[in-house]
Amino acid sequence: MNYSVIVEVTLRSGIADPEGATIERALPALGFSGVSAVRAGKLFRFDIDADDADSALSSAQSLAERLLSNPVIEDAAARLDERK
Amino acid sequence: MPRIAVVVFPGSNCEYDAAGALEQLGASTEFIFHSATSLGEVDGVVLPGGFAHGDYLRPGALARFSPVMDAVSTFAAAGGPVLGICNGFQVLTEAGLLPGALQKNRGLTFLCQPTTLIVSSTHSVLTRAAHVDQELVVPINHFSGAYTCDDDTYASLVAHDQIVLRYRENPNGSRDDIAGVSNEAGNVVGLMPHPERAMSTLLGSADGRVLLEGFVGLGVGAR
Repeated sequence: MNYSVIVEVTLRSGIADPEGATIERALPALGFSGVSAVRAGKLFRFDIDADDADSALSSAQSLAERLLSNPVIEDAAARLDERK
Repeated sequence: MPRIAVVVFPGSNCEYDAAGALEQLGASTEFIFHSATSLGEVDGVVLPGGFAHGDYLRPGALARFSPVMDAVSTFAAAGGPVLGICNGFQVLTEAGLLPGALQKNRGLTFLCQPTTLIVSSTHSVLTRAAHVDQELVVPINHFSGAYTCDDDTYASLVAHDQIVLRYRENPNGSRDDIAGVSNEAGNVVGLMPHPERAMSTLLGSADGRVLLEGFVGLGVGAR
């Protein structure tokens, strides 16, 4: 089977996020008030061949931790893309 | 004459500066392409600055899987001197040969300017010819140079004297002003500033010499 997977890579809590902070500072000037705790991250989408959904997810999680994220500063979370 | 391998990744751009600086100090150098599986008979390895593999994904993230990195890891594990400059530092952290990570600069600005460094430890192949608290003017040239690590790693860095260089004025948001760190043994060192661009007072500073002299084995034990 071919599964579509989404991997989200986000900075671990406690790691400074200059992109998120810059975005948050820009929002009031655009008229968006009350927005806080902005964190920037990355999203990857790909298809993967696997016997079942569990093994697709486990392969995706493993490659996300090996390559797509740097475990020193980032967390990675894989999930199935239900839209496909 | 020490023989130094300068590793060239697709996207490296400081390999000629690095080799030129090392040769000024009496070393012989050879370029080793990233696809090589052996370093040959060398006394040291330099990972130069640049944008290995385009810095795609994260700086150093793809370079760490280049075939040559297995040979670099083996050389490092055997106690061989390994120096990562700028992008080379990023590659060494991604490869797990040095602790921590390099994050985007505070302020999201690409920085290209002279900085004043303070030697914090001489327990490394890069700083062994310098002295503690020595001030060195060396340029930086990076976007992702903010040194980051968790509290446990930081405590371990301090306990084992692995913080080798600090900025006098923190330009990029690095934790504890860190500009360069070593592994516990001191034979693997990475720094964001470019000592190979501080080799002549005519070009602004010759303060990089004492660092690279230490790396190639000159002036060691002279203190």
